[in-house]
Amino acid sequence: MDAIRIVALTKKYKDVVAVDNLYLTVQKGELFSLLGVNGAGKTTTIKMLSCLTQPTNGDAFLNGKSICKDTSAVKSIIAVSPQETAVAPGLSVRENLELICGIHGFTKEKRSAKIEELTELLGLETVIKKKAGKLSGGWQRRLSIAMALISEPQILFLDEPTLGLDVLARSDLWDIIRSLKGKATIILTTHYMEEAEALSDRIAIMKDGNLLICDTADKIKEKAETDNFEEAFVRIVKGVAK
Amino acid sequence: MRILTFANRNTKEILRDPLNLAFGLGFPLVLIVLLSAIQANIPVALFEIQHLTPGITVFGLSFMTLFSATIIAKDRGSSLLQRLYTTPLTPIDFILGYTLPIVPIAIAQCAICYIVAIILGLEITVNIIYAIVFIIPVSILFIALGLLCGSVFTDKQVGGICGALLTNLSAWLSGIWFDLELVGGIFQKIAYALPFVHAVEMERAVLAGNYAHIFPHIWWVLGYAAAALVAAVLLFLRQMKKQ
Repeated sequence: MDAIRIVALTKKYKDVVAVDNLYLTVQKGELFSLLGVNGAGKTTTIKMLSCLTQPTNGDAFLNGKSICKDTSAVKSIIAVSPQETAVAPGLSVRENLELICGIHGFTKEKRSAKIEELTELLGLETVIKKKAGKLSGGWQRRLSIAMALISEPQILFLDEPTLGLDVLARSDLWDIIRSLKGKATIILTTHYMEEAEALSDRIAIMKDGNLLICDTADKIKEKAETDNFEEAFVRIVKGVAK
Repeated sequence: MRILTFANRNTKEILRDPLNLAFGLGFPLVLIVLLSAIQANIPVALFEIQHLTPGITVFGLSFMTLFSATIIAKDRGSSLLQRLYTTPLTPIDFILGYTLPIVPIAIAQCAICYIVAIILGLEITVNIIYAIVFIIPVSILFIALGLLCGSVFTDKQVGGICGALLTNLSAWLSGIWFDLELVGGIFQKIAYALPFVHAVEMERAVLAGNYAHIFPHIWWVLGYAAAALVAAVLLFLRQMKKQ
């Protein structure tokens, strides 16, 4: 079953077409990556799918709910971990999690259970009392993902979750993202080719707001006639591969 | 519940910043003590404690503008607002969540200024309570100006615009430090076209028990507060849609 069905989705900013007539489907439980160079339209696509920006044309259906006509229903089934860490810096890790629980109207019991569960899943035990603003980038990213998971989203958007992290922190986060597979449909945007290849069930490559290809990493390499995924990406974006 | 959770978070963010406490509470108190000391040596009618304190309580509110503008600008910059836009929080939750926590802080700041003024010789009357109550619409005006600036500027710009420009505007054009009639002319006209001097004169009238003299100043304060609040809401919604 489709978790996301995108139909002719278009976003224009004055003369600039950020996303141009995009058609795409993502299956339930899939980990789907959006790749592209800067300005490809990845973040704009995620912003439209998460009801942060209204499309100029077209529509998308998240578990059957329209992003244009049924934004509250869409918001109730999604969560976003934005490109920036998006945490409250003056609050402790626990208080950040409590903030999101409170916003979603959880009871005291559910709040405690959820915080305990996510603390364990994301390995936040050692920093639970520390102020979020004092944490390293890697820990802030973990907290950001924990905050996104609180509402038990059916669809989770991770916008460049490992941006700026060192190799170890990135590897830890990959393990966490892998552990989320099957729990929710995950849409991931990234600039790291190896990340997309290692984590994704399918990958879409965008350029100038257009979808160039959408397939598994192996099929994309096959079509680009190379064994190296990064090389395949470059060939497709430069228009060398068909 | 949602508003309370969000408002509680904003209160914690503001009160946990030591700079906020130092400037928001410390600076007005330093001014009261310092100017009272000057007054003790060189008597100036404007700096008599019953004239000075209402002015300082209004001037102190310019820090409330800085608080509200900074927290919104930082939340925009860190994308925390973007995250929260995808939650069940509604636009009214955001506006109230940013506004309500600062009102008690403003009241507390005003009350502390009066406590210090009493220690320095201000006569204790019921009018002090009324003066604290009348600070509420003035605080709404200053908080709304912060919402407005925070919706438009980055946190660095907010520091310059609210921290320097607005603080100076509310200082120079309020008649706290010098009698505006001494300057007169266009300067005085500009000052009386803005809300700051009206807020100070309203507070002075309340503290003195001259309730007839609250008018027309209260209308200026309420008018500007309503206009600033409407403009702040519109600009906040605009930046929300521009995500």
